[in-house]
Amino acid sequence: MKGSILTTLALQCSMLALLAFGGGINTVVPELQRQAVDVHHWMDARTFSDLFAIAQASPGPNMLIVCLVGLKAAGIAGALVATIAACAPTCLLTFVVSGYWDRIRASPWRAVVQTGVAPVAAGLIAASAFLLSKSADHAPALILITLATAAFCYFTKRNPLWALGAAALLGLTGLVS
Amino acid sequence: MASQPAPAEQTPSLFELYLGFAQISVSAFGGALPWARRILVDRRKWMEPEDFASTLALCQFLPGPNIVNMSIAFGNRLHGWRGALAAFFGLMAAPVVIIITLGLLYLRFGQIGSLKGMFAALAASAGGLIVATAAQMATPLIRKTPVTAVPIIVGGFVLAGLLRWPLPAVMAVLAPIGLILAWRTRT
Repeated sequence: MKGSILTTLALQCSMLALLAFGGGINTVVPELQRQAVDVHHWMDARTFSDLFAIAQASPGPNMLIVCLVGLKAAGIAGALVATIAACAPTCLLTFVVSGYWDRIRASPWRAVVQTGVAPVAAGLIAASAFLLSKSADHAPALILITLATAAFCYFTKRNPLWALGAAALLGLTGLVS
Repeated sequence: MASQPAPAEQTPSLFELYLGFAQISVSAFGGALPWARRILVDRRKWMEPEDFASTLALCQFLPGPNIVNMSIAFGNRLHGWRGALAAFFGLMAAPVVIIITLGLLYLRFGQIGSLKGMFAALAASAGGLIVATAAQMATPLIRKTPVTAVPIIVGGFVLAGLLRWPLPAVMAVLAPIGLILAWRTRT
C-alpha cells in the first residue's frame, strides 16, 4: 500500500514539475491540490492550504510544498520521494539544455514560447490564489487577512514575510478564527 | 558551454559551490532569486551581471523552479555534473530538513489551541500573497495586449480554478492558443 503511494507521488510530482512553465510551482498548485485532496484523499483542502502556507514561510524554494504533501501522504519517505521526483526531470532538462542555451536563446521560437505561456501561467496562478483562499478563509477575519496581504504585496515592494509574520502573530492571539 | 567561466582565481571549488548555494537557500525567505544575485554576483563575484541575466533567462525558460535550475546550470558550467550536484545539494539540504521538521510539528501540534489559529491566519495570508502574485503577473500582460491576454488568463482561471480540469488538459487547450497568438503578434 505504502509502496503504491510512493509510486503515485513520484509520478505526479515529476509530471507537475515538467508542467510548471512560466511561473514556478504556483502554476501547478491547482493540479497538486486536485491530486492530493480530490483524487487521492491524502488530506482535506484546509490542510493543503496550511501546508502551502508553511512552504511559503520557510526558507528555500517554494516548490517544497511537494515535500509537505509527500510528508502528509507517506511520512518522511514520502517527503523525500516527492522532492526528488519533482526535481529530477527538470534538473536533467536544465543540465542538458544549458550547453545549448546560446543557440536556443537567439531562436525566434524562444520569445514566442515565453510570450505564449505567460498568460496561461497568469491564469493558472489566479486559479491557485482562488483555491488556496477559498479553503483558507473559513471566517470573516481570515478573509480580511487575505485581502490585507494581497494589498500589501501588490502595492509595496517589501518582503512578503512581513505580512505572513504579522498574520501568524495575529492568529496566535486566537482573535481571528 | 553557455559562456566563459570566471577567471581561475575566482572559480570556486565544489565545496565552495555547495556553501554558496547553501547560503542562498537559508537567506531566501520569500523568494530566492534576489538572494542568488546578491550572493553570486555582488558578494562572491562568481558571475558577471550580464552572465547572471543570461543564466536567469535560461532558468525562466525551462520548466521547474528557477533557483533550482540555476544551481544546476551554474554548477554544471563550473564543474560539470559534479558541480551541478554540489550546487543542487547545497541549495536543497537545509530547506528540506527545515520544512520536514516544520511539517512534522504542524501534523502533530497544528490542531492545538492557539497554534490552530496561527496556521489558519498564516494560510489566509499565503492565499493573499498568491492573489498579489497573480495580479502582478496579469497586470502588465493585460496592459500590453488586452485582446489576447484576457481570454487566456480568464480561461486558465475558469478551467483550472472553477471547473477543476486536470492540468495536462488545461495546457493542451490553452498553450497552443497562447503560442499561436504570440507567433502572430511577434515583432
